[in-house]
Amino acid sequence: MKNNQTPPKRKETLAQVLNRPKVAGYVFILPFIIGFLAFLAIPMILSLGFSFTRYNILKTPVFIGLENYRTMFTGDPKFWKVFGVTMYYVLFSVPLRLIMALAVAMLLVKSSKLSGFYRAVYYLPSIIGSSVAVAILWKRMFASDGVVNALMKVVGLPGDIAWLGRTDTAIWTLIILAIWQFGSSMLIFLSGLKQISVSLYEAATVDGANGIQRFFKITLPMLTPTIFFNLINQLINGFMAFTQSYIITQGKPRDTTLFYTVYMYQNSFTYNKLGYGCAMAWFMVFVVGLLTLILFKTQKKWVHYEAEG
Amino acid sequence: MMTGYKEKRAAISVIYHVFTFFFACVMIYPLVWMVMSSFKDTNEIFRTAASLLPETFSPANYLVGWKGFAGYSFAIFFKNSFVIAGLSTIGAVISSAVIGYGFARLDFKFKSFWFACMLLAMMLPFQVIMIPQYIIFNKLGWVGSYLPIIVPQFFGQGFFIFLNVQFIKGIPIDLDEAARMDGCTVYSIFYRIILPLIKPSLVTSAIFSFMWRWDDFLSALIYLSDPLKYPVSYALKMFSDPTAGSDWGAMFAMATLSLVPIFLIFLTMQKYLVEGIASTGIKG
Repeated sequence: MKNNQTPPKRKETLAQVLNRPKVAGYVFILPFIIGFLAFLAIPMILSLGFSFTRYNILKTPVFIGLENYRTMFTGDPKFWKVFGVTMYYVLFSVPLRLIMALAVAMLLVKSSKLSGFYRAVYYLPSIIGSSVAVAILWKRMFASDGVVNALMKVVGLPGDIAWLGRTDTAIWTLIILAIWQFGSSMLIFLSGLKQISVSLYEAATVDGANGIQRFFKITLPMLTPTIFFNLINQLINGFMAFTQSYIITQGKPRDTTLFYTVYMYQNSFTYNKLGYGCAMAWFMVFVVGLLTLILFKTQKKWVHYEAEG
Repeated sequence: MMTGYKEKRAAISVIYHVFTFFFACVMIYPLVWMVMSSFKDTNEIFRTAASLLPETFSPANYLVGWKGFAGYSFAIFFKNSFVIAGLSTIGAVISSAVIGYGFARLDFKFKSFWFACMLLAMMLPFQVIMIPQYIIFNKLGWVGSYLPIIVPQFFGQGFFIFLNVQFIKGIPIDLDEAARMDGCTVYSIFYRIILPLIKPSLVTSAIFSFMWRWDDFLSALIYLSDPLKYPVSYALKMFSDPTAGSDWGAMFAMATLSLVPIFLIFLTMQKYLVEGIASTGIKG
């Protein structure tokens, strides 16, 4: 307000110029601008270009127009297969994980002496869940002679299921692993639940609402912004899942657990079809972007923001 | 009447704890099973999969596992992981603090445009840009070294920038004004006033950064080919390949060991983790 209106007549020293907020702002965010251009914007634009080429890392790219996209949509049945597998995985793992997260958050919002302990135990799996160590563990747990079958035998169930070998169960071992990692969503729900004013519940109780009514009329509507936020986050995470499929099942049996990102990786680095890999990456950006957009468009209908009443 | 009410409450409390505790045990069971199995004899692991405790606690798996494979011991892999995760974390924490201050406190042209770019960078997953990044790093001759994994961390990480922006905005601006009156420049305000005050968000960034880099497997898979440079995550994967011989006891031992740094951070820094997640919705 004071001195920025008229530029000073005398020549400023470099130090003074650098101290002006307009200049200093750029000095501070310069690392971000460089990083954004070098590691994100330029690679993305290049990748769009490469998606129209046949590109083997050792040779120069050859322009082939829309050929990669045509192959993807009409000439590569495996593409639609992995797309379907990934969709199936997202469709089940994301809602189940969120329901689990909300249910446990409701359980833990009641404070007791053991709250801290419970919270730690329920949160731990999501901290380590995407590690290679847990992937290896999961693979052995669901092996024919693994702990899952062994425990099933103990309680009298048929403990001879080849979880990882059957086309109908293999994907579910990965979905269960995803659900197991509900911890960070749970913490977000927990902080959302704690922000709901107690007076709302008191008023509802006075009006004679029972627990179930209170949940559907107060808790759930008040949590919709948190649910919305979690949903978008988990959706993106779900589509990006890689390690689980790559290590635990390697896509087996018969590609029923081959995730989109793993197939993209194989095309790019195993089969050396980088152009095709770029086209796949762009299609994924399109799908995830579209789903996010749809969710944003529908949020008026179901997401309740307090300020709007 | 009163005693009836009290008894009912006590009963509900018992049911609550029995259920919550039992379910917590189910959640933690796979990890406990892994740790316990790592002390079992390899043959015993699957013969007695249903029983948790080993017949005798034996550290043999750890000794065998530590030797690694093809003459490369896990000492090398752990050292590599510490180097990668350590340097990445230093880079990410410092750069994100600097950038966060720029966004939170200074007004400049096209600020909202750059902020939108930052949010985009935060949402865009690594998997989407890994192929073109690989092409660029290959041209630069960086493939096979740690540079493609570590260098990008020095240019700020979206989540941590966002965390710092939120945190700095919570600091009263009067402090900056007072310092400016005393002749502080924008830079010394950042260094002397803001930096000491945002320690909690720096710690939170450091914890998450370290854990993510420690767990990171995909970038090692893409960029590294020399076993001497493998981090633990990638070494474990190679160790578990059938060609390396499937010694499950040794594998569980090394898998357990690979989680120890994460466990330690979790146990000592849980407060920061929980707050970090609750305030930004960071993914854990």
